Amino acid sequence: MKLQEVKEILDAKVLSGDDLLEREVLSACGSDLMSDVLAFVKDQALLMTGLVNAQVVRTAEMMDMKAIVFVRGKEPGEEILELAAEAHMAILTTDYPLYKACGLLYSAGLR
Amino acid sequence: MADNVFRLHYDIDGEDFSVAGEASSKIKKTLKQLGVDPQIMRKVAVATYEGEINMVIHANGGTIDVEISPENIVMILKDNGPGIPDINLAMQEGYSTATEQVRELGFGAGMGLPNMKKYTDEMTVDSRLGEGTTITMIVRTNL
Repeated sequence: MKLQEVKEILDAKVLSGDDLLEREVLSACGSDLMSDVLAFVKDQALLMTGLVNAQVVRTAEMMDMKAIVFVRGKEPGEEILELAAEAHMAILTTDYPLYKACGLLYSAGLR
Repeated sequence: MADNVFRLHYDIDGEDFSVAGEASSKIKKTLKQLGVDPQIMRKVAVATYEGEINMVIHANGGTIDVEISPENIVMILKDNGPGIPDINLAMQEGYSTATEQVRELGFGAGMGLPNMKKYTDEMTVDSRLGEGTTITMIVRTNL
């Protein structure tokens, strides 16, 4: 699934990485616990979380993820957006809660 | 061979949680430049990152040394923190002594040391109470 589709399905706003929406993501992960995200071995590519701090970007960077979607309408500050840009990662925000955001993408075929 | 070893050294600031992970990020970028396999790169990145977070949470900072050779990548994480009273207990998934403040940041779930062990081929923990902890991890690159 392309990030552009993720954006449409989640009715999301792109905060950083407008030029990265053609990227393909094959799987996703939803969690507020970064240690759990780090414990997954598979290629996840997309992280959905309600947690907003610099360590979310760092965690995604270590796992080679391509994008982060912040849920429940959360918007990260400049510092986090800059870190994401450095790591070539797209940042999106959706008003949906984590459970619904995961459900919608799962139903659309993203595992 | 000593001349085949590429060395990196980082001092970790224990004061500021928001910059934790900076060293691991730099290590990952260097491995990428050296053309290290992406799977191996990720193992090293996650292991050093968890270790770096631990240093900031528990030990007021420390140092990370990485030695990259054609055979393996050795990571030595050293701190002068309080030490680990019971290493077996600390290695258990879910056991944590982290504060509520750390948990609010998405860590402190008791997965740090278990994740470090999981992502590396060898790990030794040398800890002395009141003196500090040295963790040595090895990821083999000659598959």
